[in-house]
Amino acid sequence: MTTSASRRMLLSNFNPDTRSEVSSSFYQRTRTFKAIMAFSVQNFARIMQFSVPFSRSFHQCQPLNQIQLLTRLRVVDNSPIGKEAMIEGRPPKCIHVYNPTRIGRIGDKVLVAIKGQKKKAVIVGLKQKQSPFIPKFDSNNIVLIEDNGSPIGTRIHVPVPSILRKILKERSVAKKIDFTKLLSICTKFV
Amino acid sequence: MLRSLVSQTFRQGLVHSFFRRNAASLSESVVVQNPVETSEEAGEKSVSNQKNSDESGTTVVVAPPEFRFMYPEFLPDPKMERRNKLKEKLERMDMLQRRSVIEIPEFYTGSIMAVTVADSNSPNKFARFVGICIQRGGSGLRAWFILRNVVDRQGVEILYEMYCPLIQKIEVLRLERRLDESLLYLRDALPEYSTFPFEMEPERRLNNSVVPLNPIKVKLRPRPWLERWERQDLQGVQDLNLPQRFYDRAKEVAKPWEKYDLMLQYRKTIPAEEQEKIYAEVHSQLQQQDLKRKIRRRRGPNSEQ
Repeated sequence: MTTSASRRMLLSNFNPDTRSEVSSSFYQRTRTFKAIMAFSVQNFARIMQFSVPFSRSFHQCQPLNQIQLLTRLRVVDNSPIGKEAMIEGRPPKCIHVYNPTRIGRIGDKVLVAIKGQKKKAVIVGLKQKQSPFIPKFDSNNIVLIEDNGSPIGTRIHVPVPSILRKILKERSVAKKIDFTKLLSICTKFV
Repeated sequence: MLRSLVSQTFRQGLVHSFFRRNAASLSESVVVQNPVETSEEAGEKSVSNQKNSDESGTTVVVAPPEFRFMYPEFLPDPKMERRNKLKEKLERMDMLQRRSVIEIPEFYTGSIMAVTVADSNSPNKFARFVGICIQRGGSGLRAWFILRNVVDRQGVEILYEMYCPLIQKIEVLRLERRLDESLLYLRDALPEYSTFPFEMEPERRLNNSVVPLNPIKVKLRPRPWLERWERQDLQGVQDLNLPQRFYDRAKEVAKPWEKYDLMLQYRKTIPAEEQEKIYAEVHSQLQQQDLKRKIRRRRGPNSEQ
């Protein structure tokens, strides 16, 4: 092969548009090779999307912190069962919210699983964002109650939103369920 | 020409005299009452001049540059599609009217405040809450701030709307600033950093002294946190003690070019010229209200009828 031919071949390698008789087969081969490479790179990128840990598709928005099924709650009264559960480090789980939306708001009644038992409770503080003038707490607080609405404990040691007075009065039904006894064991309203 | 110069010095003033209140700016409050045409040199002299004669001879009212930080809620929402000049002006008038009824003092994020609200549920019909202002936002009549406190080892936060008629009284117990604009990281900090007694007395301040900056560095609890604080370039937190990969990732997702994006800045803020106009509009009324309050306070509490 002359030097000019070899140069031409080299050229063809870099620039596929300059064809020559000598290097046509070579050009063909490089082209298929490039196609395969391109395909594999594409595929690789497609695989990479799932294999790179940064772009995995878990949600990245702020949590809503709402009380729904299986939310862990914090008992804030001094009932023995609630105290024990909190000290043990096994806080109660919400297993039902007694309202049509199934999302707990201030004053809603919930059913909780606590120390292997089912107990009813009232939500007295929420971590979720609240409307203006209504306090938002750092934890989801509940107070355990009996079936007739009277609390199991005798004291609540954390502040309670004062709108609870209105809500619990509205929710109480005469001779059936009376939540207002819960208000009398509160120590502080905010 | 003078106008452009004034606006230029206005901007420079923002950079240099953050929260600086010199005695001159107070003495000008008297000037407002009687519109005196000052000479051209006086106009060039300083930004704090209230009245400058324009080239055409009309007087131009210029509010002090610190108004931007004292009353940020007077600036409208910079979102273009929500702008409405008439609505903004009406809103400003309503805000001034509300301010003539109750005193809404100057405060910043990091100030400790007490708010008394009409509360129909409580037996004495009022509810008072003390806390540190961790965030401030909104514009116009919808301006709000969040107070945070730890009461009986339980973190409590309340969002207050500044111009809501339910609010009876807003007191600033300690006027100061912090190193960050938003102190939401106090939610993840140790409780002692956001614990304030309800019986706190308001601290006495000298008139027109510089608003002190509290350089406290807060210690955060270990992870898990509510947000990824290591990505937010916070000044007021101690070393976060995270593995190196967290900082590496924070560097990867950082957007350091955004501070050079002029268009982004333009869309996110109200231009300085427009700010000047807005503050010039409300400035005289705000200062009159302030003067009235000062006189009333000097006369004593029993002179109020």
